[in-house]
Amino acid sequence: MSTAVMPPKKVNRIGLEIGSYKGGKTTLCAGCGHNAISERLIECFFEMGIYPWRVAKFSGIGCSSKSPAYFLGLAHGFNAVHGRAPAVGTGALLANRHLIGLTVTGDGDTASIGLGQFCHMLRRNVPMIYVIEDNGVYGLTKGQFSATADLGSKLKTGIVNDLPPIDTCLLAIELGATFVARSFSGDKKQLQAILKAAIAHRGLSVIDVISPCVTFNDHEGSTKSYSYMKEHDVPLHELGFVPAFEDITVDMGEGEVQEVTLHDGSRLVLKKLGRDYDPTDKLNAIRTIHEAHRDGHVVTGILYVEPGAKNFIELLNLVDEPLATLPESKLRPPKEALDEVMEELR
Amino acid sequence: MSTIEVRPETYPQKEVQPRVVNDFSIQVATVNGSGSQTANTVLMRAIFQMGVPVSGKNLFPSNIAGLPTWFTIRASKYGWIGRKKEIDFLVAMNPETAREDVQNLEPGAAVVFDEPLKLDALRSDLHFYPVPFDKLVAPVCPEPRLRKLVRNMIYDGVLARLLGIELEEVRKALYKQFGPRKVKAADLNWGAVQAGWDYAEKNFTKTDPYWVERMDATRGKIIIDGNAAAALGAIFAGVTVVTWYPITPSTSMIETMMGYLKRFRIDKETGKATFAVVQAEDELAAIGMVIGAGWAGARAMTATSGPGISLMAEFAGLGYYAEVPAVIFDVQRVGPSTGLPTRTQQGDILFVATLSHGDTKHPMLFPSCPEECFTMAQTAFDLAEEFQTPVFVMMDLDLGMNNWMSDPFPYPDQPLRRGKVLGKEDLERLGGFARYADVDGDGVGWRTLPGTDHPAAAYFTRGSGHNEKAQYSERPDDYMRNMDRLARKFETLRKHVPRPEVILNERASVGLLCYGTTRYAAEESRDQLLREYGLETSYLRLKAFPFTEEVGDFIDRHARVYVVEQNRDAQMVSLLRMELEPEQIAKLRSVRYYGGLPIDARTVTDEIVAMEGL
Ligand SMILES: Cc1ncc(C[n+]2csc(CCOP(=O)(O)OP(=O)(O)O)c2C)c(N)n1
Ligand code: SF4
Ligand SMILES: [Mg+2]
Repeated sequence: MSTAVMPPKKVNRIGLEIGSYKGGKTTLCAGCGHNAISERLIECFFEMGIYPWRVAKFSGIGCSSKSPAYFLGLAHGFNAVHGRAPAVGTGALLANRHLIGLTVTGDGDTASIGLGQFCHMLRRNVPMIYVIEDNGVYGLTKGQFSATADLGSKLKTGIVNDLPPIDTCLLAIELGATFVARSFSGDKKQLQAILKAAIAHRGLSVIDVISPCVTFNDHEGSTKSYSYMKEHDVPLHELGFVPAFEDITVDMGEGEVQEVTLHDGSRLVLKKLGRDYDPTDKLNAIRTIHEAHRDGHVVTGILYVEPGAKNFIELLNLVDEPLATLPESKLRPPKEALDEVMEELR
Repeated sequence: MSTIEVRPETYPQKEVQPRVVNDFSIQVATVNGSGSQTANTVLMRAIFQMGVPVSGKNLFPSNIAGLPTWFTIRASKYGWIGRKKEIDFLVAMNPETAREDVQNLEPGAAVVFDEPLKLDALRSDLHFYPVPFDKLVAPVCPEPRLRKLVRNMIYDGVLARLLGIELEEVRKALYKQFGPRKVKAADLNWGAVQAGWDYAEKNFTKTDPYWVERMDATRGKIIIDGNAAAALGAIFAGVTVVTWYPITPSTSMIETMMGYLKRFRIDKETGKATFAVVQAEDELAAIGMVIGAGWAGARAMTATSGPGISLMAEFAGLGYYAEVPAVIFDVQRVGPSTGLPTRTQQGDILFVATLSHGDTKHPMLFPSCPEECFTMAQTAFDLAEEFQTPVFVMMDLDLGMNNWMSDPFPYPDQPLRRGKVLGKEDLERLGGFARYADVDGDGVGWRTLPGTDHPAAAYFTRGSGHNEKAQYSERPDDYMRNMDRLARKFETLRKHVPRPEVILNERASVGLLCYGTTRYAAEESRDQLLREYGLETSYLRLKAFPFTEEVGDFIDRHARVYVVEQNRDAQMVSLLRMELEPEQIAKLRSVRYYGGLPIDARTVTDEIVAMEGL
């Protein structure tokens, strides 16, 4: 790209307008939390100044999994099969380690049919941004409970969920994700800071975003509704994010502030709200989530971060050039190699 | 059909037989986990080194240790290397099966057995050679712990002496097997071989007719199993992403591949890998990663067997509709779950042909020997990328896990064919592209790879609901246009898959049609039919699905075509029916064997003779 001269509209540090980050027109219901998340993704990739064509989008099946068509239209996208985005994303990142992997799926996709793949992606610390648009139900099949539905929450039809939820953040921390956050589609500022930090993080970022389904799970008795979240959302901290390319200090106002420096030099600025919370303390993170369940709160913010851990691609000791575009001279061993093996087998 | 079939109890008297040279089979009956594999491989190699065509088949249980296992070595001066039904020389080491093994022998067979088993009391029409293995092993192997393993080497010495295998060739084979790093172990085992030889020399007068004599039919040849050959093929095809979930009989393909990858695919300058191998959590993930990697431009593969194929069904369909290159090796075995997982079959043919829901069709390749495993691995990657679709390489346990004699593999003489991919410069020139448009009239669209540094590179990949520009569409006309293009693509592919091997016999009104490892029985059966019944036959060996025009032509030229395969339901016949004309279908006859052992020529001959009314 040539750098734009005298941009007529607001451009980011690489000279692109926000329009370059948009996708097709959404076909999701008006007011669906997923749409707000799409908006945040558009803003964050724009503000972070990332070439959209460096991003590869992955999803499974569901309303949430449709959403990659509605942001970053200039990025390749792969709407895979139900629950299997982690495998497809992992494969693509193996093929091209320079891609920025972005998966957006649902709670059904992740915690029900795709739980196995989710767990193994966690173990591998695949360098990917993994957003769970969590509405506690299967939106696309019209409102059945998913595995993240809280105990006692009620469907519109009156059916009560009597099984405990799978907490995807707990699982993520337990099984090896190196960036774990929970947010709410209605909390623009917090979600933005989290998404930007996730883009900067070099391992797996799991972000569970409570994203109300206005059609099937936004009623009285639901624990994933807008009003429930407004009442029960307990942010752990006030979040600020300073990208590596901006050497500034953020004004977080009065109060105790903790900073976490990510691998690329970006900084997470966490301002204490109420209690002490150190997101690099794994045991405390797990404890805090359990306490929230006990107390009927939804804790949001950066739950856990481990900036230095090696990710899956790094462990494989791959050449720097994408495997996908290695020339034949690097792929096919010379004739002498075959001769050598043939000789051994004689 | 099984090796443990029980025979009637009365036997004809022992006949005096002429010398039988380089044309017999040896069966070693042992217990799984007793380390007999090394002794068997050494024996097979020694015969091979004497220039005699040989094949080795391991008939093993799904078990790590303790269950019976049989290793069959066939020596054939005629070059027949399929399974031979009759056992000529038995080495009975397994007390559990020894009696039954002996009962099943044809009169005149020879038996080397562990003396305490007293097998010579069982029959009077066999040649018995009792060997006191425990007594012989003690002095050559002071360490009691190792005796169980070393003991087997004794029968190598005994057999060498009895069959006339040169001791020096046994020594060479043994030291090759242990390699330069295990000389101590080799020395120990060599002592056991010598003890066996000496014992046989002192105590036995040879009464059986079987002899190995030096020939010159294996010069320059190698011995390799199909899995190793496929692994090498993939490496020389430039595979970059390998995912797998262990399952017999495909496991050794990947394990062998990892060894060769580390040797040959570490970049010299940087010391870094030009490949990634991932042991996935299941076959769903394995194929998912392959689809993701293939989509992003890697040469990606996985290897599995029937149960894994079942799990891959949904992704296989997605690969077909989203048009993503992928290579899947299916090393076929018997049955789901605890079927007969360590036995061979061509049981996945129909399932794989249309794997997944909707109108899916997948190309399949049918290698029949290690060399074809090697070359077809390369063909598979080329086809997958050129036609942007999953390609299945249909092997089986017999081919994948057994040792085969082979010519050395030819170094590939063609560059990798990476298919239609638009890069940054192309996009610069074209301004844009429509992913699923048939611009060249062959049904194959142009694709871009994620990460291509150009704003016009991206497209959105999803299942079948899209128009030419890869935009979501549920319009019937968009859908049908796409389906018709996919059908057209399959027709183009038909012209590019490997063509069958055809032997036309002008005098024949009967043809044999086979594929994969069935070829060995079919080829030998043609010889039997001619020599024993005067029946002239033609021969066609399929190498791929979709079928090429040679197949219909072959059927047209003959009155009856016997399709020989290793499954119960004549799966290849069903597949042929889908593509052939009614008058061609009417000519098809089916010969099947599905007992889990490799098919043998006699079974084929008997069936054809019965159907021909000869
Ligand atoms: C193998 C398979 N089983 C079932 C379905 C049907 N299905 C489509 S979307 C969906 C649930 C999606 O729920 P979630 O991931 O929570 O997404 P949401 O629609 O709530 O955003 C199901 C069960 C499918 N597409 N594939
Ligand atoms: S059904 Fe629910 S999840 Fe789906 S688009 Fe509508 S509001 Fe969103
Ligand atoms: Mg949902």
